[in-house]
This record gives sequence, structure tokens and C-alpha cells, in this order.
Amino acid sequence: MVSGKKNSHIGWIVAVIMAIFWLLIAFVPFLFMVLTGFKEKLEVILGGALAFPKSLYLDNYRSIITDPSFWNYFKNSVIVLVLSLFFLLLFTAFAAYPLSRFKFKGRGFVYFLIVACMSIPIHVTMIPVFQMSIRTHMYDSIWILIPTAVAFAIPVSVFIMTGFMQGIPKELEESADIDGCGRYRRFFRIILPLSKPGLSTLAIYNGVNIWNEFIFAFTLTQSEKNRTLPLALWNYQGQYSSNTAMIMACLTLSVLPMIIMFSILQDKLVKGMMAGAVKG
Amino acid sequence: MNIKKESLASRRQRSTIICAYVFLIPVIILMVVFLFYPIVQTFINSFTSWNGISANKSFNGFYNWNKLIHDSDFWKAFLNNIKIMVLSLIIQMPIGILLATFLDTGGRKYNLFKIIWFLPLLMSSVAVGYLFHYVLATNGGIISGISQLFGGGVVDLLGSQKYALYAVIGVICWQFIPFYMVYYMAGYSSISEDLYEAAAIDGATRTQYIRKIAIPMLVPTIKSAIVMSVVGSLKYFDLVYVMTNGGPGTSTELMATYMYKNSFVTYNMGYGSAIAAGMFILITAIATIIMRVMNTGGDD
Repeated sequence: MVSGKKNSHIGWIVAVIMAIFWLLIAFVPFLFMVLTGFKEKLEVILGGALAFPKSLYLDNYRSIITDPSFWNYFKNSVIVLVLSLFFLLLFTAFAAYPLSRFKFKGRGFVYFLIVACMSIPIHVTMIPVFQMSIRTHMYDSIWILIPTAVAFAIPVSVFIMTGFMQGIPKELEESADIDGCGRYRRFFRIILPLSKPGLSTLAIYNGVNIWNEFIFAFTLTQSEKNRTLPLALWNYQGQYSSNTAMIMACLTLSVLPMIIMFSILQDKLVKGMMAGAVKG
Repeated sequence: MNIKKESLASRRQRSTIICAYVFLIPVIILMVVFLFYPIVQTFINSFTSWNGISANKSFNGFYNWNKLIHDSDFWKAFLNNIKIMVLSLIIQMPIGILLATFLDTGGRKYNLFKIIWFLPLLMSSVAVGYLFHYVLATNGGIISGISQLFGGGVVDLLGSQKYALYAVIGVICWQFIPFYMVYYMAGYSSISEDLYEAAAIDGATRTQYIRKIAIPMLVPTIKSAIVMSVVGSLKYFDLVYVMTNGGPGTSTELMATYMYKNSFVTYNMGYGSAIAAGMFILITAIATIIMRVMNTGGDD
């Protein structure tokens, strides 16, 4: 008994050592990124990779923040994010309502069609969507990024939201029905307000994905003024490819919004980001 | 009386159907326009020779498909995806479980570990790709720096045909292990604490409890994590595209990057469509098989 306890003590110490090892692996690249962002161009090459910067050199950040095109990327990202999320949440709630609470012909089929799309590689839609954007003269504008973001997020979102709405007690709606409240009003007055927790989870999950979206923004836009933040990295990389410090400052700035969100929302953000982790 | 009641019921049913489809219309339209139609169109395009810009698309039968089946670059890319898939499973699943087990056993004291372990997940794939492009660089990178510190030479992982793919896989693991860690933690937290208390009363140690009770109860979670990891591995694009762009040579080329290059770099959209369609078929087939296998293993 005593020796067993001793063994488990040693086992725990080994576990903590391994945990610290993993801590280093997870953290050192971050440290590299943040430290390098404060270095001068030549310092990166001459000093060690993880050496502390000689002085707090802020010019990298200053030149990014004072660059109007950076704020333009930022503005585009915010517009795409806000409008996409608004329509996505609204349409998802619309669709989940009948799918979760009505009995009607075709329900099973429609639900199956939507959910079956969850594991589709979106790359398969890329060429026709590109073609469509040219034909409708929406190529190279941020507006094309909104319907695509909404459409690709729909399958998972409807799946999650339908599950959520099934959990809202039937009685609430039934009593409203007896009081003569029609289906449309029941949706806006009862179901939608009660779905807020589900919607906020969806907002976090999809918000993170839309904010980071790269491949469609990359394919469907071309000019610098119409691109979103993930592509700012791409452009800066082209512009300053030999200036590691500059790129790292840019990367640090790109991670900053997420770190701020994480420190405010903590477990809520974590839970939201895992919302899409459903069995396909 | 009876007739009137029936017609009332059927009228109510009709209004239910109408109302249901009114609510469903936006979603149906978006999915038809941006998912179903493009998928069909991709398959149609795959039978054409087309540069994507000019209006004339000429049908060339199975030419693209025949080319695809004999295209060693495509199969090399597919094999790379498979390597990523297998190694991701082997590396990410056990480490994810270990980290989650550690945090579940250690409790709140180790919150700082949890936060730092979670950090990589806060970065977008593009940012991770760029970061490691420089972390692994020969000039001022970390790996080379450490090697030189111990008197070794520079280590050019991303420049080597042999090791570049493994470096990419390492980075993918770095990014996604936190995801599975959190996922398994959620699995652990759904196991009732009473079970541990009952086991402890019966004289079980924490290790025995984890091995004999907690891990077996985690099996459904592990299974769905495997499905997610497999499907994800076959779709990678962002990270590889910005970190290595498929190079050096074709050593880190993936199905998605290969498709992108054919379609939007060399503007061979007919063939690009065939690659996309082939990718669609392969991924759907593998995903279906994995889901079948995972579901027959036990009833969860």
C-alpha cells in the first residue's frame, strides 16, 4: 500500500516533467514570435533566435499600425464578419425551427441533405463559385465573401441549432398556441429569445472561422483594397519577406484579437470553438 | 361535423408545411447556389478542356479523368495526405489524451498549463504556417539556432525533400493537439465524479481508475475524434500553402494545393475540376469507411 503510493508519487513527478516539456513546445514558438517582433531587422540575423531584444524596438508595430492599408484590411474583415454572422445566425435559426419542432413531409430528407454536407471539402466548390463571382460581377469585392461564408457554415450550424432547439420544452409553445399566437410570432417571441445561448455558441465558433478564412478570400479577391486580414499576412510576407522581425510583428498583431477574446471569454470561447466538434 | 374537423386538420397540416418551407427557403437557396450547384458543375467541368477565362469550354470526354488516374503527382499528393492522416492519428490522439488526463487529474492548480497548451489553437492556420516558416528557417530559426548552439550545423527541414513533409506534420500536430486535448477534457468532464469516488472506496488508485474506468468510458469520444482528424487531414490547405507551397519539389504537395495550382496558377480549370472531383470522391469514400468502422466497434 505504502509502496504503491510512493510509486504513484514518482509517476506524478514524471508526468509533471513531461507536462513542462510540452509547455515548452507549445510556448517557445510564441515567445519567438513576440520577441522577434520587437527586434531590428539586422538583430534577427546577428543575435540568437530566442535572445531578448536589445531594446524595446517599436518601429515594426508603428509602421504596421500607421499603414492605412492595414486598417483597410481590418475594416474589410469586420464588415465580412458582422454581416456574415448576422445572416448566418438568422437563417440558421429559421431553418432549425421547423426542422426541430414541426412534423411535415420532407423534413427527414431536407435535414439529411443539410447534414450530409458537413464533411464536404469546400475546395470542390471553388472553381464554379469563382466562375459565378465573375459572371455576377462580384469578383474582387468583399461582398462575395459574405454569401460564401454563410453558405459553407450552414450545415454544421443547422445541425447544432436543431439539436439545441429540440431541447426547448414543447409546453411553452403549446400554451402560446392555445392563446392564439401564430407560428411566425411564436418563433420571434418565444423560440428565438430562448435560443440565445445556442446562438452565442454558434457566433463564437463561426466567428473564429470566418475571421481566419483564407482560401476563398484569396481566390475571390485580387486587389489589396478588397482583401481581408488573413491576406494582409500574405501581402506583408510578399513585401517584407526578408524582414523576419516585421513579419513577426504582423503575426503578433493578427493573433492579438483572439488572445484578447480568450482572456475575456475564457471557457466560453473554448466551448464555442469546440462546437463544431460533432460526430460527422 | 366529422368532415369539417378533418378539413380543419388537413388545413392545419398544409399551413404547417407552408410555414416550414418559408423558414427553410433562405438556407435551401444558399445551399443550392453555393454547394449543390457548384458540386454538380465541378463534375461537369471535369469533362471539359477549359482555361477558366475564355467562354469556350470544349468537352473532351474522359481525357481529364484518364490523365488524373495516371498522374503520379496527384497520387503522390494523395499519399502525402494519407501520411498526414496516419501520423496525425498516431501523434495527436495519444498526446491529446495524455494532456487531458494530466489536467483532469491535476485539477485547477494546473490552470496555467491549460492556458498555455491551448495557445496554438488561437492562431489561424495561415498565421501558424508563417510562424513556422520562420521558426524552421535556416537563418535565425529556432531549430537551427539550437543545433548551432550545440555545435551542429544549420538544419534545413523545410528545404529537404526527405524531411519537409514530416516537419509539416509536426506543425499540424502542434496546432491541433490542443483541440483534441480540450475535446478529451470535455469527454472526461462528462464522466461522473461519483464513479471515481466509488472506485476509490473499492481501493482503486487513480492510475487504475484512469486505465480501467475513465479511458474505456472515453472510447466514444476517441472514436469521433478519429473521424474528425481523418476528414480534416484529407482537406488541409492553408497551412501547407503558406508554409511550403507544396515544395521543395512536390514533397509536401497535397490534393488541395495541387488542385489549387492547376486551377488558379496554371489556369487549367478543366483538369483542376477533375482533381477537385476526384478529391471529393476519395474523401467521401474514406470518411464513409471510417465512420462505418467506428460505428461497428460498439454501440455508442
